[in-house]
Parts: sequence; structure tokens; C-alpha cells
Amino acid sequence: MNALLGQLNPGILMILAGLAGCLVKSRRIRQVLMLVTPILSLVLLSVAARGVDISAGSIMGLDLVLYRVDSLSFIFAVAFLIASFLNAIYALHTDDRLQDGMALAYAGAAIAATLSGDLMTLFIFWEITAVSSVFLILRAGTKAAYQAAMRYLGVQILSGVLLLYGLTQVYTATGSLNLEAFTSFDQPGAKLIFAAFAIKAAFPFMHNWLQDAYPKATVIGAVVLSAFTTKLAVYAFARLFPGFDVLIWIGAVMTVFPVFFAVIENDLRKVLSYSLNNQVGFMICAIGVGTAGIGSQLALNGAAAHAFAHIIYKGLLFMSMGAVLYRTGTTKASELGGLYKSMPWTTVFCIIGAMSISAFPLFSGFVAKSMTMSAVAHEGLTVVWLMLLFASAGVLEHSGIKIPYFTFFGHDSGKRVKEAPFNMLLAMGLAAFICIAIGLPLVGGFGYTWLYGMLPYPDVAMAYQPFTLAHVVTQLQLLVLAILAFMLLKRFGLYPPERPGTILDTDWLLRKPGYGFAKWSGTVWNKAGPAMTAVAMRLAAQTYNRLEATFSPRGALARGGLTNSMALWSAVLLGLVMLVVLLAN
Amino acid sequence: MIDLIASLVPSSIAVHAPILLVLAPMILAPVAALMPNGRIAWLLSILATGTSLVMAIVLLSQVRSIDGGAIISYHIGGWAPPAGIEFRIDALNSMILLLITGIGFLASVFCWPSVVAEIREAKRAMFMAAFLICFMGLCGVASTGDAFNLFVFLELSSLATYVLVALGSSRDRRALPAAINYLLMGTIGASFFVVGVGFLYAVTGTLNMADLAVRLQDVGDNKAVLAGYAFILVGLGIKAAMFPLHQWLPNAYAYSPSFITMFLAATATKVAIYAMVRFLFTVFGLDFTFEGSSLIWILMPMGIAAMIACSFQAAFQTDVRRTLAYSSVAQVGYMLLGISLATTAGVSAGLFHMLNHALMKGALFMAIAGIVLTYKGTSLNDFRGLGRSAPWTMTAFAIAALSLIGVPLTAGFQSKYALVDALFESGWSWAVAVVMFSSLLAVVYMGRILEAAFFRAPINPNKKHKEAPLVILIPLWILALANIWVGVQGGFVSGLANDAAASLFIGGAR
Repeated sequence: MNALLGQLNPGILMILAGLAGCLVKSRRIRQVLMLVTPILSLVLLSVAARGVDISAGSIMGLDLVLYRVDSLSFIFAVAFLIASFLNAIYALHTDDRLQDGMALAYAGAAIAATLSGDLMTLFIFWEITAVSSVFLILRAGTKAAYQAAMRYLGVQILSGVLLLYGLTQVYTATGSLNLEAFTSFDQPGAKLIFAAFAIKAAFPFMHNWLQDAYPKATVIGAVVLSAFTTKLAVYAFARLFPGFDVLIWIGAVMTVFPVFFAVIENDLRKVLSYSLNNQVGFMICAIGVGTAGIGSQLALNGAAAHAFAHIIYKGLLFMSMGAVLYRTGTTKASELGGLYKSMPWTTVFCIIGAMSISAFPLFSGFVAKSMTMSAVAHEGLTVVWLMLLFASAGVLEHSGIKIPYFTFFGHDSGKRVKEAPFNMLLAMGLAAFICIAIGLPLVGGFGYTWLYGMLPYPDVAMAYQPFTLAHVVTQLQLLVLAILAFMLLKRFGLYPPERPGTILDTDWLLRKPGYGFAKWSGTVWNKAGPAMTAVAMRLAAQTYNRLEATFSPRGALARGGLTNSMALWSAVLLGLVMLVVLLAN
Repeated sequence: MIDLIASLVPSSIAVHAPILLVLAPMILAPVAALMPNGRIAWLLSILATGTSLVMAIVLLSQVRSIDGGAIISYHIGGWAPPAGIEFRIDALNSMILLLITGIGFLASVFCWPSVVAEIREAKRAMFMAAFLICFMGLCGVASTGDAFNLFVFLELSSLATYVLVALGSSRDRRALPAAINYLLMGTIGASFFVVGVGFLYAVTGTLNMADLAVRLQDVGDNKAVLAGYAFILVGLGIKAAMFPLHQWLPNAYAYSPSFITMFLAATATKVAIYAMVRFLFTVFGLDFTFEGSSLIWILMPMGIAAMIACSFQAAFQTDVRRTLAYSSVAQVGYMLLGISLATTAGVSAGLFHMLNHALMKGALFMAIAGIVLTYKGTSLNDFRGLGRSAPWTMTAFAIAALSLIGVPLTAGFQSKYALVDALFESGWSWAVAVVMFSSLLAVVYMGRILEAAFFRAPINPNKKHKEAPLVILIPLWILALANIWVGVQGGFVSGLANDAAASLFIGGAR
């Protein structure tokens, strides 16, 4: 029995438990299931042997490796499991079978995909993440959520189809489905698989599904969604495309562009969604460093560490916004403010999350991001380094300060609500604890060395010193200046206001072109977006009409005396066959 | 499992399995027709199809007893072929027989409530008898080794089918024109086929298919052979609903009694495809250069056209049964595409998809029969909210729908993957894109139905919670779970298809 259990991919266990959870009516039993399964899975994972195919299967003559752990997949799986456990605690106050079950199954699918040993298994669980996660959006129950969910599903399925197309090419060319890193785009299937991953990682211009869907999900749903999909894509990139130069630039662009949108956005959960893009950008950028097919050990460590820390602190931020949404019914910056009196604990936890994401020294973001920055600096990529630096300041601006300030401080909205339910506070507290615990410089296996010990290249990681004077000072300078900038802008009323409709002083705008640009691009986007949508809609409508006129029951193909035309067709086809046959002879 | 069932049958019966398989429904059909009570006729039909199923299993076990597949030759009345009629069972026959009898058995088990609801009492016994004749004809086509005998069985089953379709008129009057259309088209197809066989007979002087194959090689280049080939291909193409000769199918499926729709969708076109494969690869063979070019210039384009055009048509239908009917034509396109590759992998993928398609369409139409029984309507609007009012029925429907789309871990995915693999092997990568696109259209047309059933509120909020009866639910779930079983552990079914395809190419060109 033990041996059997040891061979079971923890992700598959969680999928099964999730599906079972959908059927369990008793709330208590279900919640025990939701809490126990991640812990059991963590135990299974920790005893698993590294670097061997633990369980293999065969479908249709394809040999599949269902379960394989190595140092890269291990850290992602651990992060996913912790997140899934925290999410279960966070969801304890609700009683929603479908949501509970699907959240667990979705987490399980992401873990199973991470721990899969070949492309086909990866693809199968890749698709299961798409299908199971869509319920978390649907459960919000609004029409907007329904439509966003359908768009989300479409995009995710498209990613799956591309992956499938790519993997068949790989298989035909090499006869193997191993997860071996590509070394160039010329290899068969590489481009398609890259595109599939790119959609899931929300690369620029493929990112819209994320901001579209996440803010419309349920309170629990947004927290769960934030952890898995994009990080699974990050893992997949680290596995198959390490050291691809193009990733450096895509990652850098990805860190920068959401900053503008996040600063002017009013819906705080949408701000977090943009900042999710920005954070994933750091990881993607790190994966791109180094030689193609191998990557750089330091940078890959950085990506993995960043992903680990990010899953926790982004989850924490979404949790705190979820708590606010749960109590007040909104996450619009313009309708919030002054909540620190009513929700003190939530405020504290949110600030801890904000400090982590802004990479304050002694918080988890710092020990992770430093590695990426160092690796980029090592490679002498000055422009990229500057872009990342700018993005770091941006992170602080929109996630580190904007979120807590507009929610809990700022102008008082007059809302007096209860503190978040205890289970939410507990989940946030645990997440906050992890954020701090892995950021501290403690000795021997505690503090950040605990995280570093789990990284793909632990030797390299252990040799790395995050708390050098240079790192700390650079980071503090950045943070202090960014805070200063925020305060000045606030003081002079320049910061993009939380209330839509306040007119900015144009004269100041000219002197601060950065924000001017942000404002301008926002306006352009607001104008151009609908225009582009309208054109696309018109084209789509025309195409639809053409198709409808041909294929529908009243259309051209269905018109006319059935038998006549069919008898004619038989004659035509007979003639055609005769012709072909005669010509061939 | 197969060998276990086969070993339970005494060997004195087992040697006569080929003829017993056809005889059981043939004898019980008139008996059923004479029964005063429809219920007894129903039980007789279960007995007949059950016997045939057991015989099909016996045959399969006999064929598989030898590595590479035995060929069982049964001489009717002791007359040796080529003069006498021969039943000839190889891996391909035994596979298709298992398909027909298995689906036929499940269909006759589940059909009763549906028959009671849709057929007038006085006609029920005759109705079941007609079903048995249709079933017998299909089994006969799949067993016989004689070309003219094949025509006879094909017409027997078709004639019974026209009657069965027309009986849908008590539910919907449009069944009558549909049946007439089907009759005319089916007759054209059968005539084409028999004309073709006539040409071959004139040239070779034999009707036994194995013998034909040998003699045709000797005849070599001959215009009569060419004409015979063209007539047979188009004739069987009509029966198999090959695009653009499919136009009889949507109406026939949409308006016939629910049970008949389910049975026909899962078996009738499949048998015609079997006959086509038999003539293409056994009787003619790839040594004829014209065959290769007709595969590439006729079968493949028609298959692809069906995959695209009919999927679009399916997407615009407002009636669920018509959607599925058009989807059937599109799926026939997949099978023809696989066959047109003329490689072992391609034909095997086509046959594999054929088996899986029987599983998914069988389940889908069975679920629809259950819905018709309890809620009457089959338009898309009638399906709104059914996910809540009939969860068991609709869940099985959803599983089969996912399989039709080709979601991983379902049967449909396995066979589509096999097809894609075969296409790559032959270097037709562009056709893979067509397969993907057509699958995307399948997402659209099945998605509309699933969306209506699971995400829309019912139009009539007072619709009461009512499932189909157990006698429908159990066979339905057997088929639905079979879809998942094949998807996860598809070795058995794909093995059948592989053996069948391999048996076609033994000693042949490839």
C-alpha cells in the first residue's frame, strides 16, 4: 500500500479529491478533505525520490511518465501545495461544493502538470487546469463573469491546442516526448509550444484574458487563480526554454508595460492582475538569461525563488482584497478608504504583502528578486537591468503603496465594517508569516536559506549573498525615492486620483511627463480599444452572416429540392470518379 | 474476458457461429412480428441481439486465437466457394460485427420506454420485427464473403430502415418525406453498387470477393473494371453519407423514432464504410494505380470538405438532433481521411475513429432519446436548464460530447490523435491543421448544446425534475463510461482497429 501510494502523483490525488469534493454534501467532511489532501500530498512529495521516473503509464503505445520529481519541479510543486492549503483555509467560511472541489482539482492539475515527466502528460493536465479553473470565474454568477469565463476558456483551450500541435511535431521528429529543453526555435514544434506557453504566461498582447477574468472571479476564485496558471507557464518555460534570449526582452517589456495601466486603474483587484503580469515578467526575464537550452544557474534560481515567494505574497494581497470585497462589496479605489480602523488585522497583513512584493529587505520579495537582478547585471545587460529597476519602482508604486493606501488609509469612505472572518485572517496570517520567515537572514536552514536550499541549484544559491551592503542600499534607495515620489505627488494632488472625474492640473502634467504619458496612453487605450473592438465586431458579424447564409438551415446549402440535387450530385461524383480513374490509368 | 465468454459456448455451436449470428435475428424477426404484444417482441429482440453478440464474441476470440488473425471461412449449405456462398470472417469483419451486435444489444435493451412513447401500440410488434431485419441485414453485410450477397443484405437492412424512419411520423410528420428521400437516395446507391458488381462479374465471372481479388489481378487494365470501380465507390459513398452525398442523412436522423436514430447513427454508415474499405483494399487493392489517385482526388477532398462544411452546418442548427446528424457526416469525413491515406496507420486510425464514433454518437442519441421521452422537445431552447433537471442523463451526454470534441482522456481524443499521427507519418501536415480546425468547430457546436443545458435557466421554470428511466440510464452510462475507458486504456479497441487494418494489407501492396 505504501509503495502504491508513493507512486501516486500528488496532483492526481488532489484532482480525485477535488472531484470527490464536488459530490460531498456535508460541509464539514468536505472541508476536512480540502485541508487534509494538500498536507498528505506534501508528505508524498517530500518522500519522493528525485530524478527518477516514479510512475509510468502507457496510453496508445505512448509511454508516459506520470510522476517525476527533480529540483526544478519540486520547488514549484511545494509552492503550489502551500498555496492550495492556504486557499482551503481562506475558503472555510463558504459552503460551495463546486467551488471547493474545483479549486482543489485545479491546484491538483497544476501540480500534476509540474510533476509530469513528458509532454503528453503535461498537455493533459495543462488542459485540466483550463477546464477546472473556469468554474472559479463562473461561480461569481454575474453576466460579466460568465462572458469573461467563456473568453478565458477559449484562450486557455487555444493554448492547449497549440501545445498538442507542437508536441505531435516533436514526437514525429524525434520519436520521444521527453521534457528536454529546446536549444533553438528551428527545432520542430518549438515555436508552437512556445506560443502555447506564451498564452498561458500572459505575454504582452496575449495578456488580456488575465485582467479580463481574474477581477471578475469570486472572492475565493481570484485568490486561487492568482497562484497557479501563470506560474505553471513559468515552470514550463524554465523547463523547456531556458536561456532563450528573446525571453529576456519579452520579460523586460512585460515588467514595464503593466505599470502604466496599474497606476491608473481604479479596480484594485485589476491592479493586482496587472502587477501579476509585471511579476511574471521578472521570472520570464530571468529564465531568458544564459545560454540557450541551459540557462544561467543563478538566474534560474532567481526565477524559481521569485515564483515561490510571488505565489505566497500575491495570494496574500488577493486575499486581503478579497476580504475587503467580502465585507464592503467593492474593490474600487474610489469607493474605499479609511478601513484601517475597521479591519486592523487585514491592514497589517496587506501591508506585509505589499512590502514583500516591493522587495523590502527582510521580506521574501527581496531575497528572490535580488538574484534575478544580480544575474542580469552579471550578463552585462544594462538596458534590461534599468528596465527591471524602473519596473521595481513601479511595483512599489502600484502594489506596494497604492493598494494599502487607497484601501485602508487615504480619504475616509465612511465605511464601517466588521473585521474579516477568522479563517480569512488565519490564512492571511500564515501567508504573512511565510513572507517574513523566508526573507529573514537566519542561520542554518531557517530564514532565506531554507528557500535557497530548495532551489534548482542549491549550491549556487547557498553561495549567493542577498544581504550585501550594495544590494540593501540600492534597494532601499529605490524604495525611499519611490515612496518620496508618491508622497510628493499625493501632496501636490498629482497622483492619478482614485475618484474618476477629478481634473488634473495640466500645467503640472507637462512637468511630469511620465505620468502624463500614463494618462495619455490610458486615454488613447480607452478611445482606441472600443474602436478596434467595433471594427473586429463588424468583421466578425460580416463573416458570421456569410457563414450563416451558407450553412444554416435556411441557407444556400440546405435550399432546393433535396432529392433532385442529391441525385444530381451522385451523377456528378460518378462522372468525377470515372474521370479520375481513367486519367490515372 | 472475451475468451472466457467464448469458452462458455459449446464447440458444436461455436463452429456454426458465423451463420448463427445472422440466423438468430432472421428467425426471430417473423416470430416477433406475429406476437400479439409488443413487449414480447421486445424481449425477443433482446434475445436475438444478445445471441448475435455472444456469437460475435465467439468469432472474435476465434479470429484472435492465431497471431496475425485467423480467417474463418464458413460455407453456406456446404457448397464450397467460389460457386457457393461463403461467410468469411477476418479481423476486420469480427471487429465490425462486435460493433454492430454490441450497439444493437444495448439499443434493444434501452429502446422499450422510447418505443412505447413514440410508436402506436398496434405497430410495436411489427416495429421490433423491422428493427431485427435491419439488424440482421447489417450483420449479414459484415459477415458475407460474396459481393452479390452483400448487396442483398445491404438492401434488406435498407428496406427495413426506410420503414423504421417512416414510423417516426407519429411524432413528427416530416418523417415521411425524410423516409422517401432516404428511400430514393438509398435505392440509387444500391443500384450503383449492383451495377458495379455486375461489371466485375461480367469481366471475371465470379462473385466471391476473395476470388474476385485474385482474378482482377489477372485481368489487369480493363475499362469495365474501371467503370465497376467507379459505380461501387459512389454507390457505397451514398450509403456511407460521403459528402456531398449525405443529404438524406440529417432529415432521416432528425425525424425517425429516437431509438432508431441512435441505432442507425452508431451502425448504419459504419457498415457502409466497412464495405467500402473491403472493396478498396481487398477486392481491388493498391496495385491498381487508379485506386491510389481516386483516394487522393476523391476520398480525401470529400472527407475534408465534410469535416469543414458539415461542422459549420452543425454549428448553425437549432435542433439538437440535426446538429448531431451533421456532426455525423463530419465525423465520416475523419474516417474517410484516415482511409484515404492507404497506409496501415491511416486505415487503422479511420477504423478506430469509426469504433469510437459509434460509442459517442450512440451515447449522445441515447441521451436524447431519454430527453425526448421525458421532455419531448429537441430544439436548442428545449435543452435549456436540462443539466439541472436531468443531471444523470445530461452528464452522460456531456461526457460523450467531450469525447466527440476530442478532449484528452476520452475516446475521441485517442482516435483523433491516432489520425494526426498517421497524417504526420504520411507527411500531410497541412491536413492536421484541418483536423484541428474541425475540432474547434466541434467545440462550437457541442458547446452551444452544453451551454444551453448547463448554464442557461430553463425557459419554463416549472419544468419538473425528471430523469430518464433506469432501463435507459444504464445502457447510456455503459456507453458513456466506455468513452472514458477507451480514452484512458484504449489498448483493446485500438488493438481491434490495428489488427483489422493489418489484415487488409497482408500480402498486399504495403
